[in-house]
Amino acid sequence: MAEQSPVSTNGRAGGDDASNGVLEQLSDDQLRWIYLIMRRIRRFEETAEEAFRAAKMRGALHFYIGEEATATGVCAALDDGDFITSTHRGHGHCIAKGARMDKMMAELFGRTTGYCGGKGGSMHIADIELGNLGANGIVGAGIPIATGAALGSKLRKDGKVTIAFFGDGAGPTGAFHEGVNVAATMNLPAVFVCENNQYGMATHADFANAAAIHNRGPAYGIPSASIDGNDLFEVYATAKKAIDRARRGEGPTLIESRTYRHKGHTVLDQKNYRTKEEIAEWVARDPIERFVRAVNESERLDEDDFQAIDGQIEREIEHAVAFAEASPWPTVDVIERDVYVE
Amino acid sequence: MAVTTAQASAPETATREIFMSEALREAIDEEMTRDPTVFVVGEEVGVWGGAYAVTQGLLEKWGPDRIVDTPIAEAAIAGLGIGAALTGSRPIAEFMYSDFMGIAMDQIVNQAAKNRYMFGGKAKLPLTYRAPFGAGTGNAAQHTQSLEAWFAHVPGLKVITASTPYDAKGLLKSAIREDNVVIMFEHKAIYAMRGHVPEGEYLVPIGVADVKREGDDVSVITYARQTHHALEAAEQLAAEGISVEVVDIRSLYPLDTDTILRSVRKTHRAVVLYEAVRFGGFGAEIASQIQELAFDDLDAPVLRVGAAHAPVPFSEPLEQASFPGTAQVVESIRQSLKGVY
Ligand SMILES: Cc1ncc(C[n+]2csc(CCOP(=O)(O)OP(=O)(O)O)c2C)c(N)n1
Ligand SMILES: [Mg+2]
Repeated sequence: MAEQSPVSTNGRAGGDDASNGVLEQLSDDQLRWIYLIMRRIRRFEETAEEAFRAAKMRGALHFYIGEEATATGVCAALDDGDFITSTHRGHGHCIAKGARMDKMMAELFGRTTGYCGGKGGSMHIADIELGNLGANGIVGAGIPIATGAALGSKLRKDGKVTIAFFGDGAGPTGAFHEGVNVAATMNLPAVFVCENNQYGMATHADFANAAAIHNRGPAYGIPSASIDGNDLFEVYATAKKAIDRARRGEGPTLIESRTYRHKGHTVLDQKNYRTKEEIAEWVARDPIERFVRAVNESERLDEDDFQAIDGQIEREIEHAVAFAEASPWPTVDVIERDVYVE
Repeated sequence: MAVTTAQASAPETATREIFMSEALREAIDEEMTRDPTVFVVGEEVGVWGGAYAVTQGLLEKWGPDRIVDTPIAEAAIAGLGIGAALTGSRPIAEFMYSDFMGIAMDQIVNQAAKNRYMFGGKAKLPLTYRAPFGAGTGNAAQHTQSLEAWFAHVPGLKVITASTPYDAKGLLKSAIREDNVVIMFEHKAIYAMRGHVPEGEYLVPIGVADVKREGDDVSVITYARQTHHALEAAEQLAAEGISVEVVDIRSLYPLDTDTILRSVRKTHRAVVLYEAVRFGGFGAEIASQIQELAFDDLDAPVLRVGAAHAPVPFSEPLEQASFPGTAQVVESIRQSLKGVY
């Protein structure tokens, strides 16, 4: 059962696969899009892991596998021009905001055709045109940036909303407090989405945060919610309500989405700070499988729909890897380029 | 000031080789044994064992009151060090990456560095900050910087860095025993470098440079990982009959200007080598001191070799070319010998 904060924006209880009427509000195209995005995230990362293990890429890779419903559910409730800020664990946010997997893969491979021309890597993928203001290597740093984007929208009256994605590990940072407090005082169109996957590296979220993150809403005078982050429908419904509210000029909302990373902190993490049982328990609550079960039960999409999407994704993945591998390495003359506008 | 070398101060019989990370761990462990007020505080220093395994096993040995895991809160970590030091403890506060010290800048620069002075000499801060730095690991722009010059610039802070496990252990032990704020920058590309560390107690004093290789034709003045590029370059050039002296400063502040000047007065040529962005980097201070104090001894302008004017790029060919490597050091030494840049 979801622990509900006193000012929860929604009344749904998590843990089951029933969508409590949310599924019915989504069109078949939306359902297809949601499945497409969640599976893309999963397959992109499985493929990246293979490439890493084959020594085709280097650096720090943080996998989002197991958390797909949060990025997907939130971004499903966004309009195209809206903004997000992301984290070190950013592949899911990128894909959910519409990023191309070939350009992402090429970035992980360090090639010129990547999103950042190879200069950023996994932790720094951004696509400003899509409204993705960037993954971030600094925990918590995206929160004040999201507040700034929301201030810009308010001043320009562009009607856009900004999402700040961040982890439970960002809850203790000063950036969290400053960013959320300012957004609340200025009544900005921002939604703060904490992806509580229970751990920041080996540190448990409850060890790091003196009070649950969703319980901090009242301290800032803003609504907050604690939701089952592996329930796509609950994520979508909660995010939609918060986004609509922000767009109406009624100010920010804080959402804590409880989820779990199936993999280690980075691709190299083999430490034993989680029990096998705990991991198995959460793998059994796989957000994609739960979504598929609910959709199947509703008889809205059938096996052919899912298979067609899976087939499309496999072709995209194959292309992404081939594209990345065939792409040229950057040459050293670009090292000092892009530091400033010339 | 006496020149001490690792070889000279180590017992001749000892041949034990350990990793830099192990040497640092021994320093911490020995000082914790020696002084019950010493404790470690930082992110993932306990259960995880430190992002670069420096504190591995110490939680099991010393328990959570002396190996203190914190949430992600760099300003708090810096402040925990200050407050505990002011009130009688001897903290070792770790930043997981030196890049994250930006978040703690006020605590370090406006508080730790200035408390004693502002309070008219009445406060004492026996505080050590440790922080991994440096590029070459594919960790991209926010996890690879060399920001040591920021801190060496601030009166009230001492700044040290080691190129060998021997120096790392001896320097860190000295830092922990200091009643001043010392920041130890540890180059992450050499944590897994093995080197000779004798059994038993020794210290490497803060503020004393070390001549890592003697030579007559050119002095390369450097620190941390770049010391190894300088040594490799010296080895290559020796085959051509060029004799290179390598001075590892080990301490940015206080700086052992005497050892640097002694070397330059012998070779008459200086290449200052560092991994930070060349512009405005710490090498500019070294170069400036050399020209002020040994101008008449120089046969060529002092050359600075540093990183590109850019954040550290992710892609391997870009990253590797963005900061000095052995080939570039060799080239720079040749330039210094020609005297034309
Ligand atoms: C300011 C800062 N401190 C420390 C780190 C090192 N670090 C990277 S990810 C991480 C854990 C983050 O946990 P959380 O926010 O819960 O995100 P998750 O990895 O669980 O997605 C830490 C400590 C960092 N990148 N930035
Ligand atoms: Mg987490």
